[in-house]
Amino acid sequence: MSKPLNPTGRVPTSLVSGRTKLKMNVIMVIVLAFYIFSSYMTNASVLRFDQAFFTNVWNMVIQLFPPNWAYASIVWEKLLETLKMALVATTIAGILCIPFSLLAANNIVQNKFLYNFIKMFLNIMRTIPELILAVVFVGLFGIGIFPGILALIIFSLGILAKLISETVESIDMNPLEAIRASGGNTIQVIWYAVVPQVLPQFVSFTLYVFEINVRASVVLGFVGAGGIGLILRQQLNFLSYQNVSTIIVITFVVVVVIDYISNKLRRELV
Amino acid sequence: MIELKDLSLVYPNGTQGLKDVNVKINDGEFVVIVGLSGAGKSTFIRSINRLVTPTSGDLLIDNENILDYRGKDLRNLRTKVGMIFQNYNLVKRSTVMKNVISGRLGHTGTLKSILNLYSKEDMALAYESLKRVNIENKIYSRADQLSGGQQQRVSIARVLTQQPKVVLADEPVASLDPPTSHQVMKYLKKINQEDNITTIVNLHFIDMAMEYADRIIGMRAGEIVFDGPASEVNEQTFEEIYGRPIKEDDIRGGKEDVETP
Repeated sequence: MSKPLNPTGRVPTSLVSGRTKLKMNVIMVIVLAFYIFSSYMTNASVLRFDQAFFTNVWNMVIQLFPPNWAYASIVWEKLLETLKMALVATTIAGILCIPFSLLAANNIVQNKFLYNFIKMFLNIMRTIPELILAVVFVGLFGIGIFPGILALIIFSLGILAKLISETVESIDMNPLEAIRASGGNTIQVIWYAVVPQVLPQFVSFTLYVFEINVRASVVLGFVGAGGIGLILRQQLNFLSYQNVSTIIVITFVVVVVIDYISNKLRRELV
Repeated sequence: MIELKDLSLVYPNGTQGLKDVNVKINDGEFVVIVGLSGAGKSTFIRSINRLVTPTSGDLLIDNENILDYRGKDLRNLRTKVGMIFQNYNLVKRSTVMKNVISGRLGHTGTLKSILNLYSKEDMALAYESLKRVNIENKIYSRADQLSGGQQQRVSIARVLTQQPKVVLADEPVASLDPPTSHQVMKYLKKINQEDNITTIVNLHFIDMAMEYADRIIGMRAGEIVFDGPASEVNEQTFEEIYGRPIKEDDIRGGKEDVETP
């Protein structure tokens, strides 16, 4: 028989202490104050969705439709250019990231200084937005695909090296010891014991970065780095909204298809 | 011949792995090192192929001090000393054949090994090694598809492919069931006798040590507390080595139900 609870004793009224409750309330008030302040300063609020806004939306929709399918052939050509950019950039970044991701894995590189140096270098590379890189390279090389590819390589190298070095850090170290014990040198240890363990993730991450690159390269055209973005901006400036809608529709379909295929492939891999 | 002279090892965290160890192991001997976990068995074995480096004393293999080996010399030493691990340490996503051929890495150029350009002799040797442990029918299976006992046999095949003069086995049966344990020990014994390979095995099962060893070395707290032929050993010796009465866990059992093909 269990003893019945004593109802006269002190019963807790809350799941957290009063102190924590106060702290949470204070934090909430602060966050709310920040929100209201920024909303006021930037004039961004729900009230902006007024009558005029919906009229504008309607006018835009009318101008966008119907898409000008006669323009599609030019769109395809430029979209292919965008895809080529993404493909070349991903491939090169995929190859370049191998040494970087090994050097940025603390179970492979015992030298703390080298490891931290590479990690910091990759962090810096990742913090530069690809759009800024593209602007810089367009300034250096002129308008075209090449600066776009360069921007994408650096951008995706940062992501890939980070993702893959973290995968390398999580591998089973025992096979490495076995290969070392049989007299293999460092490169053989990596090739025989590290590579098989990270290969599926490597392929999967590279596909993922390809997806990102396709989307990113669309935007890069806006700053003159080639591809579909170039004509998108051009047609926007010409106010030929029916051509713009052709670009949007085709790009949307292609990106969705690529994402779908890549997702399917990646699910098979890991 | 392997000779340890006043060998000591202190780990960076201050743990004493080995303490003034003096021992000579002759060519072709089958030595079993017994002791509780933490007694220094692993450190002993790993010193011989320099997976760990002793901090003082001398370690001579064929009259050469291996403690100052680096780079090329060290890799050269390791090609002559094969190692078998408790957790098999196979590359699980690779095929059995790829795991076994990796025993040749020390004898193969970097570029050739990356491109899988192995000589016909090496391929034949790898296949022959698989046959010796009766697992040649799994040649193209992925290592993670095999049972524990099969994986340990593959790792023996890998060591055989290395054509070593010494085989070190660090708790090779600790992850296996009793019948499979005996099977693995029998293969090790067979290799030791047929190829005259010096074999040093870490075990903590006293019945297995008595059954397979020529010579037993007992360790406690980094020191050698017993060294003698297996025929001179009885349960009392083990109680002295372990410093406590023998428990059920110290005995593997299951000897009757195995047949080695």
